[in-house]
Amino acid sequence: MNKPIDNHDNEHHPYVDNPGSPLPPKEGHVSQGRFERVLRDGHFAVTSEIAPPDSVDADEVYRRAALFDGAVDAINATDGSGANCHMSSVAVCALLSHIGYSPILQISCRDKNRIAIQGDILGAAAMGVCNVLALTGDDVSSGDHPEAKPVFDLDSVSLLTTIKTMREESRFLSGRKLDLAPKVFAGSSINPFVPPIESRVLQLRKKVEAGAEFIQSQYCFDMDILKSMMKRAVDMGLTEKAFILPGVGTLASAKTAKWLRSNVPGVHIPDSIVKRLEGAEKQKAEGQKICVELMQQVKEIEGVSGVHVMAYRQEEFVTEMVDASGVLDGRKAWAPTGWVDTART
Amino acid sequence: MYSLRRFASKHSKAYEVVYKFVEPPILASLTWLNKVAGDRFDKPITWMEKHTKGALFDCQMCGNCVLSKTGMTCPMNCPKTIRNGPCGGVRANGNCEVKPEMKCVWVEAWGGASKMRNPQEIELVQFAVDRSHQGSSAWIRLAKERDKEKQDRKQAAIAEDVS
Ligand code: SF4
Repeated sequence: MNKPIDNHDNEHHPYVDNPGSPLPPKEGHVSQGRFERVLRDGHFAVTSEIAPPDSVDADEVYRRAALFDGAVDAINATDGSGANCHMSSVAVCALLSHIGYSPILQISCRDKNRIAIQGDILGAAAMGVCNVLALTGDDVSSGDHPEAKPVFDLDSVSLLTTIKTMREESRFLSGRKLDLAPKVFAGSSINPFVPPIESRVLQLRKKVEAGAEFIQSQYCFDMDILKSMMKRAVDMGLTEKAFILPGVGTLASAKTAKWLRSNVPGVHIPDSIVKRLEGAEKQKAEGQKICVELMQQVKEIEGVSGVHVMAYRQEEFVTEMVDASGVLDGRKAWAPTGWVDTART
Repeated sequence: MYSLRRFASKHSKAYEVVYKFVEPPILASLTWLNKVAGDRFDKPITWMEKHTKGALFDCQMCGNCVLSKTGMTCPMNCPKTIRNGPCGGVRANGNCEVKPEMKCVWVEAWGGASKMRNPQEIELVQFAVDRSHQGSSAWIRLAKERDKEKQDRKQAAIAEDVS
């Protein structure tokens, strides 16, 4: 049996205080989580995501999270991504918070109405979750239960408004008072790479106005589009109000790239990337090299606060790629040192 | 009807002018009707609204009309009923993630809004629809709300005069 063990031996680390429960409150911080601390302290942050398992095995969650140790500041737990059924993101985040990780609870509006969502926010915060990512979500037709009823009672912007209402006004949307408000750091996603490209920055502003304090983007393989959007975001003052973490990814092969861009809605991969993969001898290694370069390029863009690494089915390479990119400037992201995977030892 | 709906988004400016022109008399007559007849005519009015807006905009009678703020494009035709769209799934050709044969409603909306006199209206945050209004008339609700605001203002003015 694998057990999480509390271990506070890393005394010199600035974010080590009391893992497993929120950090002490800090002036100017909305949450007591480590992710917000890293960002507000001005560090370039790295986030990644785990696909929740199709299982009741809590150790599997820890095993997947441990792959990122040292390289990732916060871990997104996807919420039925691609409209496929997996372990709930609330449960994954509760497990991860329990041993000190800083998970980001993804909430998709596809499966729950405003009653269920507000309940989940309270429940997750009660279990130590400090970050929430508001998503509209993919349609049910793209997943393994196309016959399910899509909910979409809220959209991502309304969900952000909801989080802010609960946190700042300590009440439900109905007006009913909360005895203790959820102190969560709120985020959302953007996709600057699909039409209407011109309006995407205005939509980003809408999200920031609605309460997004951090933003993660869809896969970015087209630096020109990202740069021009970021420039406008900086000019509008949006990067002063929200931390922006563009998303980068690894492509296993040119075939995967082609499949992704024609089958997964919202994924834009320029031909130049496909060609580069096709021309490479070892396509998988080339895909990782591209990812490393993208991280480095993203870091150079004005107004960017971090990077979100999506390495679906290549999670074990994330640490290596982050190290190779040098984006952490030698900083080691905090990770619980006490968890022992007895299945492997 | 899809073609008429798209026509409205494309010619949002003309629709806006017509809308600005017809809105006051419609609301004024509804307010008057409500005063003299109460809710006796609510059903036929709702029927009329449903059929005119239905034909022109594919209106879904959500009861929370935002047409004038969304480039004369009804957001309830978005399969995810997003009020602050578009989502991140729009296809490269501008078509919808869920219905590949349909133009993304929100691509049309931003396009429509850019032609209107108040293009910034679409940039305002719209909170999710109040589903309890589904099927009811947005016109009647708006007429009542405007009338109430007017009465409140009157009351406030009287209160100020007295004090
Ligand atoms: S692509 Fe457009 S119309 Fe389709 S679900 Fe997304 S926002 Fe709605």
